Order: sequence, then C-alpha cells, then structure tokens
Amino acid sequence: MSGLLKSSIGRKVAMALSGLFLVVFLTQHFVINSTAVIAPDTFNAWSHFMGTNPLVQFVLQPILIFGVVFHFVMGFVLELQNRKARPVGYVEYKGSANAPWTSRNMILSGITILAFLGLHFYDFWIPEMIHKYVEFAPEDPTRYYAETVHKFESPVRVGLYVISFVFLALHLWHGFASTFQSVGFNNSYSKALSKFAKVWSVAIPVGFILIAVYLHFNQIPH
Amino acid sequence: MKLTLKVWRQKNATAKGQLVTYTIDGIDGDMSFLEMMDMLNNKLINEGDAPVTFDHDCREGICGSCSMFINGEAHGPDRLVTTCQLHMRKFKDGDTITIEPFRAAGFPVIKDLMVDRSAFDRIQHAGGFISVNTSGNTQDANSIPIEKENADNAFAAATCIGCGACVASCKNSSAMLFVGAKVSQFALLPQGEVEATNRVLNMVKQMDEEGFGNCTNTGACEVECPKGISLENIARMNREYLAASLEG
Ligand code: HEM
Ligand code: SF4
Ligand code: FES
Repeated sequence: MSGLLKSSIGRKVAMALSGLFLVVFLTQHFVINSTAVIAPDTFNAWSHFMGTNPLVQFVLQPILIFGVVFHFVMGFVLELQNRKARPVGYVEYKGSANAPWTSRNMILSGITILAFLGLHFYDFWIPEMIHKYVEFAPEDPTRYYAETVHKFESPVRVGLYVISFVFLALHLWHGFASTFQSVGFNNSYSKALSKFAKVWSVAIPVGFILIAVYLHFNQIPH
Repeated sequence: MKLTLKVWRQKNATAKGQLVTYTIDGIDGDMSFLEMMDMLNNKLINEGDAPVTFDHDCREGICGSCSMFINGEAHGPDRLVTTCQLHMRKFKDGDTITIEPFRAAGFPVIKDLMVDRSAFDRIQHAGGFISVNTSGNTQDANSIPIEKENADNAFAAATCIGCGACVASCKNSSAMLFVGAKVSQFALLPQGEVEATNRVLNMVKQMDEEGFGNCTNTGACEVECPKGISLENIARMNREYLAASLEG
C-alpha cells in the first residue's frame, strides 16, 4: 500500500480517481447552474444553501480544492516524468497516425482549464470569500441570481468562458473514458460506459456554454 | 524504384548523431525493408563507407530485434508487421524515407539504428517467469484444465516479442503494453498464480526504475504493436497491481 503514489500505476490511478471526482463535481455544478436558466428562484435557494451550509463550506469545499490541486499537480508531475523518458526526440514523429489529438494534448487542455479556474475564482470565489469571511456582509438569500447574470454582461468574459469550455470538452473527451482503463476496468461493460462518457464530455461543457450565452443575452437592469 | 533515405548515423553511445542522406536505386517492391537496408550497406561498403548498424535476427517477425522508426512510426507505416516483414511496395518511387532508432531513456542508442533493449530483459528477470521443477517430474501442462477464454487471452499476451515498438511509439515512452503482456500471460493461468503478487509489484518497480514513462491511455502502442497486443493487458496489469499493493 505504501509507495503506491510513487509508482507509475499508482499515480495513474490517482489521476483517474481525482478526475472522476471532478467529473462528479462538474455534474453537480452544472445542475445548479442550469436552474439559473429555468428557475431563478431555485438558483437563489440552492446557491444560498451551498454558500452558507457549514458542511458544504468547511468540509466539501476544502475536499474539492484539494482534489483540483492534487489533479493538476499530479498532471504536471507525470508530464515532466514523461518528457524525461525521451531525452532525445525523433526528427519525424507521426503522433496522429496512432493516437487521437485529445489524448496527446491533455497537458495543453489541462493548462487551459487551469487558466480558466484562475479567472473563475477571480470572478466568483474570491468575491464570495471576501463577502462572507472578510467583510461579514449581511446575507441576502436572493442576491445570487442577479450577481451571476451581471457577471456575464461582458462579451469578453463570455468569450473566454466559451473557449475554456471547449478545452474542457477536449480534456474530458479523452479523460473521462480513459479513467475506466486506468482503474483496470476494460471489458464489454466499460466499452458501453465509454460511450456514455463521450456523450457526457460534450453535453456538459456545451450546456455550460449555453447557460453563459443565455445569461449574456438575458441581462437584468442593475 | 529509386529512393532517398535519411538515416540516423551515430558513431557510438556518446557521440552526437545526425541524419545522413543517401540515394538508392533498383529497389523492388517485393523486397523487405531489411533487404533494402542490406542493399544500402553493400553500396556503402563498396564505396568505402561504414555500413549502417542495425539489429536483426530472424527476419520473420518473431525475434523482435529489428527496431527501426520509419517515417515517424515504429516498424514503418504498415500495421501488424515488424520492420523485417515490411515490404518495399508500401513505398513509391521517388519517396524520401526517414529512418531513426527507437527513442527512449530506457533504450539508449548503441550505434546508428541499434539500441540497447536490455531494460526489457531486466524487467523480465524481475518477475516474468514461473518457478517450476523441471528436473524430470514436471506436471503435464495438458492435465491442468484451463478456461478457453483465459487460455486464448494468455496465448495472445504471450505473442509479445519484446520488440519495444510500444515504447518507441508512445509519446511518454511508456513500457506498459510490454509489461502488461508479460504480466497477463501468467496472471491468466493457474501456473502463474503462486507468484502473482510479487510478479506484478517487482516488474512494475523495475519498469519504473528503467526510466520508462507513464501511461496516458493514448493507445498508440496497441496500434503500432506488430503482434496486436491489446490494451486490455494494461488494464489487467493495473488491476493486478492494485490488488497486489493492497495485499502487500
Ligand atoms: C486544473 C487543471 C487541470 C490540469 C492541469 C489537468 C491535467 C491533466 C493531465 C495532464 C491529465 C493526463 C494525465 C495522464 O497522463 O494520465 C489529465 C487527466 C484527466 N483529467 Fe485533468 N487536468 C485539469 C483539470 C481537470 C478537470 C476540471 C477535470 C474534470 C472535470 C479533469 C478530468 C480529468 C480526467 C477524467 C482525466 C483522465 C484520467 C485518466 O486518464 O485516467 N481534469 N488531467
Ligand atoms: S507489446 Fe507489442 S510492441 Fe510492445 S514489445 Fe510486445 S510485441 Fe513489441
Ligand atoms: S528480425 Fe526478427 S522480428 Fe524482425
């Protein structure tokens, strides 16, 4: 058991489990966001719950942050090791002949997501933290919807979000289905599950894009 | 057919190598790639140049020694063949062919196109065997009933010839397909059960120590493997490894 995280396979499994955990989180995040389009009152209620519930704030949130940080740090560690494993490169290397682009560029799509997370934290998480834990502003359970809608007023921000979600889809197109193989699950069931993973990896990011674009075109007065 | 060849020339393990361009004429489509290389070497020797060093032995796709990276792919553009089985009819008159050694930290270049693949031997020594008494009282293998599916999968895994094309093709220089095959061929059979736990732990440990990269599940190895070794073998190794780690 000890040393599992030092081995190539242990690390790969950790990568897969943290990725799967983020997939579950993303589904939950998507469900809440979608209420902003279909039922703003529900959006307010759920956001208020997520933003004030101590279990969510002080247990789940730290776990999530740990999961994200673990995933991208391990991603970089693996990438560096993999580069070291071929100190002298090929003059001619036909990567596209035998492997899909998405699988060969996980670090690129990952870094794009990381950059997006920077923007996303700056947009939502940092203001929330200041609001709640620095200024101790009085809690208004109906503020979330309007605040969120106003964030999507800027076309530049909407554009950046759209691009990021495209890269998220590319990351997940390979990543989600890949997790089954990583944890040693490769049989007729996993092949069926991979199809679901491919659909999910496009549907969820496209859903996020539609929500961002919808909010952009449905601004409410300040 | 007339061809332009760009061949990696490197005097020894520490020398700096480079691609050297040669032209060669009179290549027949029915020749194998190695026969074409023989022609090139005859020409070089006649001209007083040093011939290109490359590994080869069986020339029928079973020894796994003919490691060449041809036009950006291990064993060239054809599928399910080694370099020695690659026919020149896969190329056209006037083509330029780039020929490089397999590249990986675990496969250092010895000279020209020849690399040192003894890392694979050391991985095998770490656990790719079963301990049986061979001094006359071995049990007849046919007396042990084995499920057809397991027997077939074990056989399929055992067709790995240790050529290293999986490592050469992988963007991470990962040896998982090779090690997955070598773990699987025993993991599927009762004879392999006795040493199963230590086998997978020790072989993976050796694989990591040899400096091979990690697996990203790109699947390049499976596509380029001349023996069609399946990615299922990597999944099996991962399962075996997880089970062994939790046990050990
Ligand atoms: C924060 C920035 C991120 C970085 C830098 C990053 C980086 C990476 C890298 C380099 C890999 C490939 C690892 C390997 O070679 O095996 C990977 C795999 C993966 N990532 Fe990410 N990632 C990030 C965010 C995410 C997010 C937000 C999700 C999901 C919502 C995610 C899900 C996955 C999945 C499912 C895999 C596949 C694991 C496997 O193959 O078993 N990643 N990530
Ligand atoms: S798995 Fe295939 S490519 Fe890798 S060493 Fe064995 S035969 Fe060669
Ligand atoms: S020379 Fe033996 S496999 Fe090619």
